Amino acid sequence: MKKKDMRPKPKARKDKKTAKARLASIIMNGPITIWSILFIIVPVVILAVMSFMSKGPLGIVVYKPTLDNYRNIFSSMYINVIKESLIIAFWTTILTVLLGYPFASIMAKMKRKTSGLFMILMMIPMWVSGLVIIYSFVILFNQSGIINTILMKLGLISKPLTMLYTNFSVTVGMLYMFMPFSVLPMFSSIEKLDPALIEASKDLGAGPVRTFFKVQLPLTSPGIFAAVLLTFIPCIGYYMVTDMLGGGTNMMIGNLIYRQFTISRNWPFGAALAMVLAVVILLMVWVYKKVGGNLDDLG
Amino acid sequence: MNRREKKQRAAHIASTIYTVLLMIFIYAPVAVMIAYSFNNSRVNMVWSGFTTKYYAMLFNDSELWGIFGITLFVALLATVLGVIIGTLGAVGLRDAKFPGSKFISESIYFPIVIPEIVLAVALLLLFDASGMKLGLGTIIIGNTTLILPYVYITVRARLVGMDPSIEEASLDLGADRFYTFMHITLPAIVPGVLSGAFMSFSLVLDELIVTSFLTSAEITTLPIRVYSMVKKGVSPEINALTTIIFAVCMAGVLIYLIRDQIQMRKIRKEREKAARFSA
Repeated sequence: MKKKDMRPKPKARKDKKTAKARLASIIMNGPITIWSILFIIVPVVILAVMSFMSKGPLGIVVYKPTLDNYRNIFSSMYINVIKESLIIAFWTTILTVLLGYPFASIMAKMKRKTSGLFMILMMIPMWVSGLVIIYSFVILFNQSGIINTILMKLGLISKPLTMLYTNFSVTVGMLYMFMPFSVLPMFSSIEKLDPALIEASKDLGAGPVRTFFKVQLPLTSPGIFAAVLLTFIPCIGYYMVTDMLGGGTNMMIGNLIYRQFTISRNWPFGAALAMVLAVVILLMVWVYKKVGGNLDDLG
Repeated sequence: MNRREKKQRAAHIASTIYTVLLMIFIYAPVAVMIAYSFNNSRVNMVWSGFTTKYYAMLFNDSELWGIFGITLFVALLATVLGVIIGTLGAVGLRDAKFPGSKFISESIYFPIVIPEIVLAVALLLLFDASGMKLGLGTIIIGNTTLILPYVYITVRARLVGMDPSIEEASLDLGADRFYTFMHITLPAIVPGVLSGAFMSFSLVLDELIVTSFLTSAEITTLPIRVYSMVKKGVSPEINALTTIIFAVCMAGVLIYLIRDQIQMRKIRKEREKAARFSA
């Protein structure tokens, strides 16, 4: 008898709880769901649709499906820009990892406080204003700029070097812009590395070079891959550095897209370019996830 | 000195040199930027004597202050929106099982896994298709979308490290969801929320791509102004403003360090006292 009396009570409480839980779920999940549908998913769908439209007179969009935009991208002029962007992004990424990794391992050996301080010191210029500071490279790299003046006074060169408005200056600018962010994931993966593993390798007779390539590098590769994505993704679409330090002669895919939406007013073609860019990057991210990378490390 | 010690010392010296060189690379352009804020020339290319007139001009330039105000307003509002939506979402989506919840939580990563310019273009097309007028509203929406994943990720990172049984205990002991969120979940994730907010705020302050695609001719932010100046040469006034922001940031770091030192000294003194007592 007693058992039967008890039963309905907890059930009622549970019902009340689920109603409340549902309300809580709506309050918490509602905003982010609506936001990501409205401002992430729908825009990307529109972008995809737009990339199959064509341009009418005066930049009006003609709503008739076509593949012309994609065909145009593979014409020699545009494919060159894409090639150029890939080369610059490639070099920036390689240099970022090659220069950033040693610093990340140096920081990993420091005390927690010191490494934190260096991290902040590295980030501050980016927090303040990357753009204004990047402009300083124009003053530094100029024909009659600071670096050339110093080198000439020292007698190291007799003629000023052409540094500004070359792939060199663009790459340095990009490196400056993106290295601080990519050191972070490399630092955290090196810091997590168990020092006992390194010692074990050394005790077993492997030299420092072999230990590095066979133990440390494979174990910290997720951090390196995250750094690669953190550099490559923004770099390839970033058109400001090329504008400032490339002098308008160097064009990257970002500049090309920007042009379609401003001067050329060819929205469908711009959308197709953006789609190609997005697909290439998403493929890279897919590989990153496949090899065991975590998307959270890209934040 | 044996061989091992020698090797360690060499490694230490190499690390120090490397660190110094890297810091020179990072701070040389900053030094140039600061130096040229005192440059007595309208054109930012040649050095022609020391002056502080650009700081004076800066304080009287109401247009520039207006732009600075808009920039701060956009950054603040986008950060607040992003933090609220992102934090709630990170907590909610953790164990949500409604249809499509997995797709939603994956789509939040989109703004960071694709180049900013793709998001900017996509949003421009949306606002154009829906007939929404470009301006302050669209900039704020764009920037909020951009920072949402950062908040989401930093908050989620804190949630992963949290023991779910604490929240369950709170619910079992009769606290409702709201109370549990405010008193159990939120205090645990506050560091994540704060670092997400900080990251977002500094990101939006310097944001150019999304903003320049979604703005109207009347609304200008500081990065857009700087960028439009680049072709003519950045004016020393902008350098002066950036120098001030830089100084404020550095002062913040310094205050943090000094406070830390004082605290460390206090702890050391307490320890000494305790040691004396026990002796």
